Amino acid sequence: MLEKKDNNFNSPSKLNDELKSTITPAAAPSKLQMREMGPLRAMAASFGLPRLIIASFLLLMFIVAPFVGNDFWTQISNVINRFSWNAILVLAMVPMIHSGCGLNFGLPLGIISGLLGATLSIELGFTGPGSFLAAIAIATPIAIVLGGGYGWLLNRIKGGEMMIATYVGFSSVSFMCMMWLLLPYHSPTMVWGFAGKGLRTTISLEGFYSEVLANFLAIRVGENFKIPTGTLLFIALMAFLMWAFLHTKTGTAMTAVGSNPTFAKAAGVNVDRMRLLSVVISTWLGALGILVYEQGFGFIQLYNAPFYMALPTVSAILIGGASVNKASIANVVIGTFLFQGMVTMTPTVMNSVIHMDMSEVIRVIVSQGMILYALTRKTEGGGR
Amino acid sequence: MSNAPLLEMRNIQKDFFGNQVLTDINLTLREGEVLGLCGENGAGKSTLMKILFGMDVIRETGGFGGEILLNGEKVEFATPFEALAAGIGMVHQEFSLIPGFTATENILLNREPQKHSVLSEVFGERLNTLNRKEMDVRSAAAIERMGVHIDADMTISSMPVGHKQFTEIARELSKEQLKLLILDEPTAVLTEKEAEALLESIRNMSKRGIAIIFITHRLHEILAVCNKVVVMRDGRVVQDVPAAETSVSEITRNMVGRSVETGGNTREVRDVSGLRTMMSIRKLWVDMPSELVRGVDLDIKEGEILGIGGLAGQGKLGIPNGIMGMYEAGGTVILDGEEIPLGHPRKCLDASMAFVSEDRRGVGLLLDESLEWNVSFAAMQIQNKYLKKLFGGLFTWRNERAIREVTEKYVDELAIKCTSTKQKAKELSGGNQQKICLAKAFALEPKFLFASEPTRGIDVGAKALVLEALRKFNRESGVTVVMISSELEELRSICDRIAIVSGGRISGILPATASSEEFGMLMVSQVV
Repeated sequence: MLEKKDNNFNSPSKLNDELKSTITPAAAPSKLQMREMGPLRAMAASFGLPRLIIASFLLLMFIVAPFVGNDFWTQISNVINRFSWNAILVLAMVPMIHSGCGLNFGLPLGIISGLLGATLSIELGFTGPGSFLAAIAIATPIAIVLGGGYGWLLNRIKGGEMMIATYVGFSSVSFMCMMWLLLPYHSPTMVWGFAGKGLRTTISLEGFYSEVLANFLAIRVGENFKIPTGTLLFIALMAFLMWAFLHTKTGTAMTAVGSNPTFAKAAGVNVDRMRLLSVVISTWLGALGILVYEQGFGFIQLYNAPFYMALPTVSAILIGGASVNKASIANVVIGTFLFQGMVTMTPTVMNSVIHMDMSEVIRVIVSQGMILYALTRKTEGGGR
Repeated sequence: MSNAPLLEMRNIQKDFFGNQVLTDINLTLREGEVLGLCGENGAGKSTLMKILFGMDVIRETGGFGGEILLNGEKVEFATPFEALAAGIGMVHQEFSLIPGFTATENILLNREPQKHSVLSEVFGERLNTLNRKEMDVRSAAAIERMGVHIDADMTISSMPVGHKQFTEIARELSKEQLKLLILDEPTAVLTEKEAEALLESIRNMSKRGIAIIFITHRLHEILAVCNKVVVMRDGRVVQDVPAAETSVSEITRNMVGRSVETGGNTREVRDVSGLRTMMSIRKLWVDMPSELVRGVDLDIKEGEILGIGGLAGQGKLGIPNGIMGMYEAGGTVILDGEEIPLGHPRKCLDASMAFVSEDRRGVGLLLDESLEWNVSFAAMQIQNKYLKKLFGGLFTWRNERAIREVTEKYVDELAIKCTSTKQKAKELSGGNQQKICLAKAFALEPKFLFASEPTRGIDVGAKALVLEALRKFNRESGVTVVMISSELEELRSICDRIAIVSGGRISGILPATASSEEFGMLMVSQVV
């Protein structure tokens, strides 16, 4: 008798839709439901309960922090800084989600483009703010080529994008692990001191573009509080451009491709080209994102570092309320803030509470736990 | 067995968040009786059946009032499983079949006869193997009982839609304890011949003592097989009489609360033989699964409404889908003297053709997007409508106001029921969704329109509106319309000429005034 199961359990939403359409074609049930719930619960429902819980927890951390001996303003400053490093990377998820390619687990490919841009810019002798612009300029064509190839690949394996993307990311990181050693870099600031060749794992950006954006119009209050205004403005600019792009004809077509590829095809849209374009944009934003990350962090991290970039980024946008095929700029901002806030605050506060240096352990538990949580949830609040 | 009726529903009440959808419904049904339940979409039929079947959604939304008696005993099903165990079976409008499994596997899913083996003796029943032979026998028996032949070894994914429906029915029939079968619009996707076969199998089942609740929009079917007819309107039962004492017109009147013109008899049929040929199709083949087109030659005249009819699976759906580039196709198609390359939807749309797909949910709509997007998208992409230029043409931007205006215009014109133009397409009922599909095509302002099964699965009132909209579009804008439908009556009510497809070829073209027999002959002439 189980065969009736798929009728009733597989598609509860379908049933609900059917009900909505058959019973009250003229009234919006969701609004009706919200009215029934009362204003508070309606607000919770529209914001998404999980997001509300995480936000409250974060708020609790901020409140607790001063009592256990952490400076409140330092913490705020930390969270804002971490947000500013990561937001563009999270923004890079948006185009591929819109075009139906799913979450960009292949983000390391974009990051590698950015790293090539960064290292080549230094190798070619650029310094100061100019090195940042040069890095972007060099990374762009690399991101377009790599993104193009990546998009071409994803168009051949429709339906399994996220799986393939993961392996594209991983294998490209491993490949570059060899390349960082073998490529003929010579700049003394970057290569291993004794051998005189092969890039170091961590390269300081002091004298290059460390904090070029962050220091622009930066607001400092006392010693411990600094708002990286320039970076935030840059993020706002990129977010605005993304928002604007999604309102153009091409952006509309991209969203339609993600929503229903057959519909888009029937309306004369070249589905594969839209998907390819979204992957290229995503990869390029990944490259740009890592450059912004580096300028805030002050270091270039090579070799295995890109391995660990994709999952937190994916988690951030999911916590922000995006689903596998719907994402908005608000999802990016809220998600990045909540995720980065959690992974910054929790270990610090916990450390102070138990007076033991557990920060790394706790950070791993919290961040991986957040990822696990984010991947298991689907679409509450904002998403659909 | 006592004298109590098999099923009795007393004073059923149901509201959704204060919105009364069922009021004082009383029904009785005896063994072997066939009850025809009709009413427009939204009249409450589906809700009533969901209550009877114990669907979760009813309980989640606050339960219902009144009581249900089965064989004189009060029952309340907490889940559909309990309803199934009590002998109630239901065939839904939407299929619940596993596409990659064969008909037999689907029919007996999770109730397969099993064979014991050494492994299962040791590790328990879960390691039993399926008894394929016995499965074949049982599914063959169920198909036999249904009285319609379907290929038991064919996978669901490669079946035409009608056969999927029969597989669902056969699955219910294969259950021994079945006493009451609910058929929710089973004939909506069937051709007339298949529907006829289904009606025959309903009669057979009723002879065996199975009571049937038959929900359909095709009223003559109700009169043909039902013992009694219950008509619902706005959540109330407005008519409950033996089928012999009523007529199609009376039921229709009760359903819509007004009289609907049946149409077809009084209207003019235009003679199109003197008109210019607008599109000429030569040697068209289309590789559309279960709707193969094998070689179609057809001339379509400017400004006419041409109907394409035929049995399911004979290729009538393949013609528009192939020309519009949805499936691989070959041959020549010449529109206004210019050859249209096949396999490029964009080229067809550029040539001012439009297509309303028979697959509303799959091809026709962006279910998760607003009505505005659905209506404007194609016209925006193809003709750059509803865009505004910023910074001297550097950016082309969606013109939200123009999009809203055009959507509102079509919402008014086609009487689309929605809360706002921002509502998501998936929240509309079938008929209104179909009107959105039409609006999408109209917004392209085409000179040539393919409408493929534009009335599939929508109620009488909506159907009349959709047909009227097509007719008006044709008459007022001079657009050539090719309408594909399995319902001959519908084609005859609107078309000038009707081409019948059989075996992937055009078997003949007749004026709409020709008799049903003539059409019938053409339909079966080259069946493969």
